[in-house]
Amino acid sequence: MRISVTVDGTSYTDEVEPRLLLVHYLRERLGKVGTVVGCDTGNCGACTLHLDGHSVKSCSVLAVQADGCEVRTIEGVAQDGELHPVQQAFHDNHALQCGFCTPGMIMQSIDLLADNPDPDERAVREGLEGNLCRCTGYQNIVRAVQDAAHHMRPGAGPDVERVADETANPAGRTATSVGGGGE
Amino acid sequence: MTSTIEPEVGRARLRKEDARLITGRTRWTDNIALPGMLHLAVLRSPLAHARITSLDVSAARERPGVIAVYTAADLDPDSQIGMPCAWPITEDMKHPRRPVLAADTVNFAGEGVAVVVARSAYEAQDALEAIEVDYDELPVVLGMENALAEGAPLVHEELGTNRNALWVFDSAEAGSGGDVERAIADAEVTLHRRFRQQRLVPSFMEPRSCVVDPTGPQLTMWSATQIPHILKTMSAATLGVPEHKLRVIAPDVGGGFGGKIAVLPEEMTALIVARKLGRPVKWTESRSETMVTAHHGRDQIQDLTVSATRDGRITGLKVELLADMGAYLGLVGPGVPILGAFMFNAIYKIPAYRFACTNVFTNTTLTDAYRGAGRPEATFAIERMMDELAVELNMDPMEIREKNWIKHEEFPYTTVATLTYDSGNYEAATARARELFDYEGLRREQEERRASGDPVQLGIGISTYTEMCGLAPSRVLGSLSYGAGGWEHAAIRMLPFGKVEVVTGASAHGQGHETAWSQIVADQLGVPFDDIEILHGDTQSSHKGLDTYGSRSLAVGGVAVVKAAEKVIEKARVIAAHMMECSPDDLEFAGGRFTVRGTESATALTDVATAVFTAHDLPDGVEPSLDSEFTFDPENFSFPHGTHLCAAEVDTETGQVRLRSYVCVDDVGAVVNPLIVEGQVHGGLAQGIAQALFEEATYDESGTLTTGTFADYLVPSAADLPSFTTDRTETPSTTNPLGVKGVGEAGTIASTPAVVNAVVDALRPLGVSDVEMPCSPMRVWSAIRSAQGGAR
Repeated sequence: MRISVTVDGTSYTDEVEPRLLLVHYLRERLGKVGTVVGCDTGNCGACTLHLDGHSVKSCSVLAVQADGCEVRTIEGVAQDGELHPVQQAFHDNHALQCGFCTPGMIMQSIDLLADNPDPDERAVREGLEGNLCRCTGYQNIVRAVQDAAHHMRPGAGPDVERVADETANPAGRTATSVGGGGE
Repeated sequence: MTSTIEPEVGRARLRKEDARLITGRTRWTDNIALPGMLHLAVLRSPLAHARITSLDVSAARERPGVIAVYTAADLDPDSQIGMPCAWPITEDMKHPRRPVLAADTVNFAGEGVAVVVARSAYEAQDALEAIEVDYDELPVVLGMENALAEGAPLVHEELGTNRNALWVFDSAEAGSGGDVERAIADAEVTLHRRFRQQRLVPSFMEPRSCVVDPTGPQLTMWSATQIPHILKTMSAATLGVPEHKLRVIAPDVGGGFGGKIAVLPEEMTALIVARKLGRPVKWTESRSETMVTAHHGRDQIQDLTVSATRDGRITGLKVELLADMGAYLGLVGPGVPILGAFMFNAIYKIPAYRFACTNVFTNTTLTDAYRGAGRPEATFAIERMMDELAVELNMDPMEIREKNWIKHEEFPYTTVATLTYDSGNYEAATARARELFDYEGLRREQEERRASGDPVQLGIGISTYTEMCGLAPSRVLGSLSYGAGGWEHAAIRMLPFGKVEVVTGASAHGQGHETAWSQIVADQLGVPFDDIEILHGDTQSSHKGLDTYGSRSLAVGGVAVVKAAEKVIEKARVIAAHMMECSPDDLEFAGGRFTVRGTESATALTDVATAVFTAHDLPDGVEPSLDSEFTFDPENFSFPHGTHLCAAEVDTETGQVRLRSYVCVDDVGAVVNPLIVEGQVHGGLAQGIAQALFEEATYDESGTLTTGTFADYLVPSAADLPSFTTDRTETPSTTNPLGVKGVGEAGTIASTPAVVNAVVDALRPLGVSDVEMPCSPMRVWSAIRSAQGGAR
């Protein structure tokens, strides 16, 4: 079947097998390997991307279903060399370790914040329920999403209160959570 | 102008690694595409135990896109020794040969039977369906006690037994303590308990994958592995490929947790097949394959007997373990319970100790290292036992721990298990944890809820722990019959313009070595953080290494980096002295500059690097290079410790457990990067809590894994976990110059018993004295019902 898809702003027209999954189309045919596959049951969320502006698990979508759609992957999130506030917040809050779940986590977080620009901790945790992370214990991911929400708030301006100096405590960190006990 | 350079070590540096990971520019193994690359897929046995009576691959060979189909008969002759096990724990340990593909019998569901190589992964999968296999089913043996029973079916007929090995430590024989049988016979109080460590699936997020390229001067294998160096050595041993003809690369690796400490039959298959075909071959597993074939963790039955005085002093500890190896031995599988042997005595002064472990074969996926490897199992059992002893003696569980633990002033302390704990301060960590937790306040609330008969009861769980990190002194590993050393290698290369390449044998998979090692080297050499590049995970650039596991990277690999940097400075000092026409002894080195003592005269290390590059005017006999290497073999393990406190609300009507608060104070010695330490603790807690409450790999009676996807196997999501309160005390290790101990496994080791102790504590008034893990609503509810004499 012939499909036409716009991926991260570039249009592609391709012949694909009807059974080809969107994630494999992106990875194998377009070389868009930023989106990764973590499971085959739609449970882990590592392959999350945006289809016409909403997050989907691309291991559960056929490439033909994306015909005529706008796809945004992690590779199209940063604009003009500027990280998206959610990407920046993941970095600032040490919200990743091995990083395999991170593209999906970031895509889901962007969607979550579009629905709810000011989520409390519970709302963030529930909004990320479909994305598994095995490294972070989620605490810093939750913190990152709330930090991003703070920076994306209307009127906050592009760089308001952005922690530019890496030596400073990342946003929201409490004294007790970075230790400092001492013998 | 003088500037104060802030030390990098100790600073919460954001990670270098993140830039590629947050933008989707990561190099995962499955991202690699090479010209002419083929795809390999494995046909797996659906049965747990069966004889293969016929195997017909001819139809598969005719399928579109198929280049070749192989069975054991085609591949096994290339394998010299079968799949390797590097840890023969006893001389008479049974090590059944595991071929790269099952030859005559399959011994667990998921074992590879044939492989297809095709142009695309889809075509390879299609062709698997055209392979015809006839099986003659054999009796399946599941469960360690069943496997040891008289007349049990045998996993490996030729061994005549399902017993793999018996490994014993006895303090009376070792001379490190007394006779435990006597201690028990003479005791005022004895207590016996049996605990079960359920089987877990490590569940790294990136499935395993490898790509083999036979077209270069060397055979190159990329693999999503924790152990590129060991994999190289073991591949050479397994396949007879000369070591110098192999290069192994672990690019970015998406988590391991011990689950990627393995030499895989699929890796060996890909190596053989790529050589046969002369084309690159890729294998990437699906998650469903990971669940059934990647090694599992834990799976022990633990019988503990503790003897004590009425006033709560432990006089003896006897441990009898059964450990399920699965159908074959993994790379270090038999040794995993043995690591626990040294940790059952934990932080306590125990005068007599005996440990005996029987490793058992069953028709299941093999077990091997999983985060903590042996130490979580041990810590769980002893910390559960301390709570049970407290109840028996009518003491506060905190008090009984304090009564028995090693006091701060008693370090260094040699334990009954013969380890010497170099440093520790259990009092300080515990005091801080109690303060953050409000121990007394929560105990009061617990009393109130108990008195009012609240359906939601409150439980408080304690876990005080230590672990052995920095694996390991090579001679200790030798004494335990491990097949390799425990050293780590580092090299430092000063480049012509003063930038630095650091090579480490500690191969990272998410821990942030690139950041932490840069911080260490920045301080050592006085060069900016950003001028340092860390090279790892490629046996060509890091030609020596023993990789990353057992929280060893920093305490062994990080120390190697420090020592290599010291050697660079010493050589640079001679050259700088020549440049400045003074004696090397007159030079001080600080902040990247050599200064003539008591003067303003200085030369930067970067200038020395340039002088070395041009080599126009070096001292006589000095080699024009500013590189060094160091291989560090630690003298001792390191021993992180800490106190974890958990408050759990347990709904006695539904069995639902909710963690209300979790406080941990860990002492991991000196800290290079507090951000990374905190992140490691969080992740470890999540994995330990998951064992306590959520995760379990289960089989049906035919040996089929009934938790074969993430839909059935409950890896917790963000919604399932609370936020944690973490803090640290710092008692530096005295056995390495950095004073570091290790942090990767601490959270996992300590949290499982803290949570289960809290659940059981909540239910004590209802007569519950144990809940098997995972403490799912059904298990908790059943425990309450059976304690009350109701239906199970």
